[in-house]
Amino acid sequence: MQAIKIKGSDDTPNIILDKDNGIFEISGRSLPEDVAAFYEPILEWLEDYTENPLDKTVFNFKLEYFNTASSKLLLDVLLKLEDMYDDGKEVLVRWHYPDDDEDMEEAGEEYADIVEVPFEQVSYTID
Amino acid sequence: MANLKDKKESLDFVYDFYVKMKKNNINLAYEGEITHQITKAFTSLTENNMIKEEDPNTVQKKVFHVMVECLQNISKHAENRNNIVTSKDGRGIFMVSKDEFEYNVTTGNIIDNDKVVILREILENINKLDPLGLKKLYKQQIREGRLSERGGAGLGFIDIARKTGQKLIYSFLTINEEKSFFVLTSTISRLKSNKQ
Repeated sequence: MQAIKIKGSDDTPNIILDKDNGIFEISGRSLPEDVAAFYEPILEWLEDYTENPLDKTVFNFKLEYFNTASSKLLLDVLLKLEDMYDDGKEVLVRWHYPDDDEDMEEAGEEYADIVEVPFEQVSYTID
Repeated sequence: MANLKDKKESLDFVYDFYVKMKKNNINLAYEGEITHQITKAFTSLTENNMIKEEDPNTVQKKVFHVMVECLQNISKHAENRNNIVTSKDGRGIFMVSKDEFEYNVTTGNIIDNDKVVILREILENINKLDPLGLKKLYKQQIREGRLSERGGAGLGFIDIARKTGQKLIYSFLTINEEKSFFVLTSTISRLKSNKQ
């Protein structure tokens, strides 16, 4: 499967979806001008990936900021992971948040409540 | 062409405008189309100012959140009075003011009168809820809501209320039989934490 690697900008996140190396990551800022168009290839990739995923998928979210329009699409990403989990595959979502950012921590908790998938909260320190 | 008297008046207006901005601690005032570029420019400008002012990180993030949601509300929902076919972005007025205690983000835009009732209902409902109620509403909307054609998730006002921890302050001024002017002010405390 061809990997997706998108370098982030001040309004779009870094994306790595790399099955060969087992790296799945969304990080940075997400407020794209056209949020649906931005996430469309990512959701399509994940759709294909769910057909034949690795035995274990660890998906890392390490976002600094996302707008409400993106929050809906991030849920769609998580729902794809939930599908995989429902199919009996091992899935772990790691939600990284800066240790001084309660809102980002809470956003992770809320997603964990909404989707039925193993979820791990990971705090990190920004220098 | 404007005559000399008009020009003099316009210069007086500029000074008057300047004095009023200073008096009301307005850092940023804009009227026009709210494009994605404008949103990026205003948020980064305000971000830089907040860094200089050494506002806490949490305050900076909240102001950033509120600005983006307010700007996108106009961009996605406001009427574009010029109604130029090539321009899809809504237009309106956008202001940021601050004093020692708080930041205020204000938007004003024209909407159709037939949308006033539903919008008022949405805002009243949000203002009735406590933080737990807002959390429930957010979760319900993110699960059940669908992304609109313009890319709105119906979460903006809920998010503003949650991030600021304050009631939404708004009003509708009737312009004529068809249109109203919708004003919304969101306040972000500059004090360390405004979580209740």
